[in-house]
Amino acid sequence: MPFDVYLNVAVGGVLTGLVYGLMALGLSVIFGVVRVVNFAHGEMMSIAMYLAVVLFSAFHLDPLIMLVPIAAVLFVFGYALQSGLINPFVTRPEHSQFLLLVALAIIIVNTLLIVFGPDARTVQTAYAFDSFQFGSLIVDAAKVYAGAAAIAFAALLFAFFRFTLIGTAIRACADNYTGALVVGLNVNRLYALTFGIGAACVGAAGVMMTLIVDVTPMIGPTYTLLAFVIVITGGLGSMPGALLGGILIGLTEALAGLLFTPSAKSMFAFGILVLVLLFRPQGILGKRPA
Amino acid sequence: MAAIVARLTGDVSRRTMIWLAALFVALVIAPWLVSDYLVTVLILILYLAYTGQAWNIMMGFAGQLSLGHAIYVGLGAYIAAVLFTRYGVGPWFGFLAAMPVAAACGAVIGFLAFRFGVTGIYFAILTIAFAEFARIGFDHLDIVNAAAGLFLPVAQYAHNDPWRLRGSPTMFYYVILAATLAAFILCRALITSRIGYFWLAIREDEEAARAAGIDTFRYKMYAVTISAAVTSFAGVFYAFFYNNLFPEQVFNISQSIQMILGPLIGGVGTLFGPILGAFVLTSLAESLNSALTAFGLDLPGAEQVFYGACLLFVIAALPEGIWPRLARALGIAERVP
Repeated sequence: MPFDVYLNVAVGGVLTGLVYGLMALGLSVIFGVVRVVNFAHGEMMSIAMYLAVVLFSAFHLDPLIMLVPIAAVLFVFGYALQSGLINPFVTRPEHSQFLLLVALAIIIVNTLLIVFGPDARTVQTAYAFDSFQFGSLIVDAAKVYAGAAAIAFAALLFAFFRFTLIGTAIRACADNYTGALVVGLNVNRLYALTFGIGAACVGAAGVMMTLIVDVTPMIGPTYTLLAFVIVITGGLGSMPGALLGGILIGLTEALAGLLFTPSAKSMFAFGILVLVLLFRPQGILGKRPA
Repeated sequence: MAAIVARLTGDVSRRTMIWLAALFVALVIAPWLVSDYLVTVLILILYLAYTGQAWNIMMGFAGQLSLGHAIYVGLGAYIAAVLFTRYGVGPWFGFLAAMPVAAACGAVIGFLAFRFGVTGIYFAILTIAFAEFARIGFDHLDIVNAAAGLFLPVAQYAHNDPWRLRGSPTMFYYVILAATLAAFILCRALITSRIGYFWLAIREDEEAARAAGIDTFRYKMYAVTISAAVTSFAGVFYAFFYNNLFPEQVFNISQSIQMILGPLIGGVGTLFGPILGAFVLTSLAESLNSALTAFGLDLPGAEQVFYGACLLFVIAALPEGIWPRLARALGIAERVP
């Protein structure tokens, strides 16, 4: 195969990887602050994807326009989930939080199955078959839009945590729970806020994913696992790590799909996970626990 | 032999023994009393009780959360089925071949995780990753017919052949009943032995266990290999009972989840919890299914939503499971270690 083909596939993979990265960022933020592993992460993404699909097929609302509204809906969902259901579990053993979210994931997947049926749904935008050409490089327009939106969303998030008062307060909670309580922060509210932000990330990522893949109820668990693979690969608690991990996994999947068979591509993501756990358990950009 | 029996029954109260004997007799005569449909439900219950018991060795005793136990079921099922369909090797020899493979697979996962300090939920994710890896791998493996599925020649019900596991549901019922009993006794033997006490120490506080001189790596490895080996028989049973295998089903994460619901609902770390949990959960799910059918509703996800709701309820309201409470009420409190 000529080099061009590889390059085209690789660029497509990186753009998809940016969306993966944004999804994983949501997981990383939630875990980094609330210390709860959101095992319903991919399922929350599939909720956002179905919202985008339904809004598109009913009102012809373009997913890129609905990006912010759907992210807002997911924010509210995440906020309510944390303050209503998960908060009492913050002090419970790790496995019991984990199983709580497994239960939630099962309920979401199968409720979607009951409501929408098992068939794949898709969004057919006007620009679905457009592409940009740079020399011999041809890139799908949808992937470019999705990748650019993912970068914009991630940049906003970095700025929020870096420069706003609430962002700083959330980082304080993550650094030192007791300290945050002592200086009078409302930790429960900040936790709910964080969970909402994480949900908004995955919601935005989900809306963009509808431009790239079809949605079925069963994709939830797949993306939950993928988000974990990415976060562990990139380094837990590292926000740039999540993005980098996303790009790496996106690239690997795209090349594996080209060189082997597309249906076997996630095997390579798991292969990377095993390698990372073996040789760099803290992840590529993670710090070794003291 | 007498010494072993004495150790297994040593501190068991007379009352508990009577309850256990009554339950055992009830299970033995059950196929004569109930309809064929209920026999298949009982098979499912005992199957889940068996796998729950096997999973409990890892999570309940040694405190290692595995969410990928489907991989051991799948390996057991595929190895026995391939040996049977291609080489005419019977299921019991198939099990002898599958058990070491499943144990070795468990050892590899355990080695990777425990050697490199992958614990808690990361360990759980690693186990899922391996099961998913196997699912996709088998989906592309031509020797097992890949995604098209592997089929065993369907049994003739004319006569039962326990040696080749071909026969009526009643025969399968007794096979899985014997297996569940064996697993129950094995778990009792393990938990009252030195290895069992070391596991409990690791489960409660791994740092402290290490400080007390326990080689935690080695004992966690024992837990994962024994649990994997025990689980592999469930796979052999699955293959010969259902006669068809699809990677999409056998290795599916929902298979792993279903396996752990019994012990979670019954009581993690107890001997009787997995059995009770399987009974409660399966009877409720079957009732729900019958009710839905009676109302003419065909909702493919309803049963799973129900499982999810059960899990949610148990985690939130009964974190220690049903059995410890029920046992106290019956006055036969199993000493939850």
